[in-house]
Amino acid sequence: MNKHYLESKGLHLNYSIISNIIDSGSTVLDLGCGDGTLLKMLKNKGVHARGIDINQDNIVKCLEKGLSVIQGDIDEGLQEYPDKSYNYVILNQTLQSTEKPDFVIKEMLRVGEKVVVSFPNFAYWKVRFYLMFKGKMPKSRILPFQWYDTPNIHLLTIEDFHEFARNNGFKIEKTICMTKAKVRKSIFHKIFDNFFTEEVIFVISK
Amino acid sequence: MIVETKYFKINEPVSLESGKELKEVEVAYETYGTLNEKGDNAILLLHALTGDAHAAGYHEGDKKPGWWDDMVGSGKAFDTDKYFVICSNMLGGCKGTTGPASINPDTGREYGLDFPVITIEDVVKVQKKLIDFLGVKKLCVAGGSMGGMQAMEWALAHNDMVTHVIIIASTPKLSAQSIAFNAVGRNAILSDPNWNHGNYYHGEKPDKGLAIARMVGHITYLCEEAMQNKFARRFQDKDSPDFSFDIDFEVESYLAHQGEIFVDRFDANSYLYITKAVDYFDIEAKYGSLEDAFKDTKAKYLIISFTSDWLFPTAQSKELCNALMKNKKDISFCEIESPCGHDAFLLEYETQTKIIKSFLKENSYE
Repeated sequence: MNKHYLESKGLHLNYSIISNIIDSGSTVLDLGCGDGTLLKMLKNKGVHARGIDINQDNIVKCLEKGLSVIQGDIDEGLQEYPDKSYNYVILNQTLQSTEKPDFVIKEMLRVGEKVVVSFPNFAYWKVRFYLMFKGKMPKSRILPFQWYDTPNIHLLTIEDFHEFARNNGFKIEKTICMTKAKVRKSIFHKIFDNFFTEEVIFVISK
Repeated sequence: MIVETKYFKINEPVSLESGKELKEVEVAYETYGTLNEKGDNAILLLHALTGDAHAAGYHEGDKKPGWWDDMVGSGKAFDTDKYFVICSNMLGGCKGTTGPASINPDTGREYGLDFPVITIEDVVKVQKKLIDFLGVKKLCVAGGSMGGMQAMEWALAHNDMVTHVIIIASTPKLSAQSIAFNAVGRNAILSDPNWNHGNYYHGEKPDKGLAIARMVGHITYLCEEAMQNKFARRFQDKDSPDFSFDIDFEVESYLAHQGEIFVDRFDANSYLYITKAVDYFDIEAKYGSLEDAFKDTKAKYLIISFTSDWLFPTAQSKELCNALMKNKKDISFCEIESPCGHDAFLLEYETQTKIIKSFLKENSYE
């Protein structure tokens, strides 16, 4: 998975930003939790966090960190999880790798009061320019794969997500735009966020 | 590691779930490692259907180690450098703990069918007395298959003592199919003329019936893939069939061998009693629902299943997982990829070691 690659390269820097969104004492389900870095961070600040991951090595890594982790495939849905059973459900850098992103988001909104979802923005200017000038599928720091071996099978843009939210009637509570692993807050960025944002974090609710 | 089986006698009658009572119970057990001063580094291993107290190490002169030796010892999953590991033969068994082959103090003869029907609850009750006798205060319980059922029962019955529960290839209740296989095994024993209503201890034993029971059982412990890999359609010591009803195929020979060696080490009546205890085990029936059952437990849970286990399939482990998750328990679940069927819990030690070690380590069971 994209995320596992990034983790292995130490490239994953949005953990602390996501961690800041979540209040201590709340309950969190992290889908595709990887090696548990974010979960551990959350646990340390007093969040009741649980992870789901499909990969056995990741399960072992999470257990080594003392985390509660369930092996499972998020594409199969969260049917075992009752409605609103978590304060937050997180899908970090994994949405674009799921088989049925629309189904996964709906399931997350059913199970969580709030959903935190992050993904690489395919409308980032460098991605656009890459395609425009090289005429090849874009590769970058956070999209490092070849077209044939990429786990990122459902790439999307910030604008796509806004449209998706409108069409499905859920509310975007918060948008955090990041470029080069830093949060961008300038007005310039706000207006042209779909152009200047490399990676985005949304907090949504139904 | 040379080990020996020790014996503990319970000096009071043990009342059973059925309402009956056993006047005398002796428990065969082994321990590995050392109990610390606080008595909180103990791990109780719970054996499966036909297991015994000899989980690890070698008995003097033996060539084969205990049944879970791959997992128990210095530096292993259940690390005897850190933990005080205990394993006892279950009540109703035939490996040193009181069972139907033991002498009934009322008659001076073997119990046979006078032995009361036992349940997993009774089994755990007897184990608890041993644990108290050993001075253990906090406990991790771990077991595969029927051992996992005992682990669940421990978590439910001794909430204040059990801190970690490891349930491997197990289920909170048997499916109709699993009960059916046990029923066939029991019928094989019951219909052996030598069984003689359980009175066979001084004559010919119901070896044929017990061997068939074991053969049936053994099929359920493997899986199609495992059998295919192991035997395919190969003939035993020949290249073509005999056109007779003697053993033709390797798989037939294998099952016959498993049956034969089993009757030397197991008592037919114990097989009846223990399979019945497994059939009766049903947490939902006892507590209303799985969720209600585990509501007040405080332990941390690790649940492991295996992809090719069709006797206690992953879905049954997940049912337990879900009940624990709904109760917001600290629970982790892992489904290990394995072609070994139900037996995987005894064979796939490398992956299990990683998982169990990690679970015990950071959960500060040290």
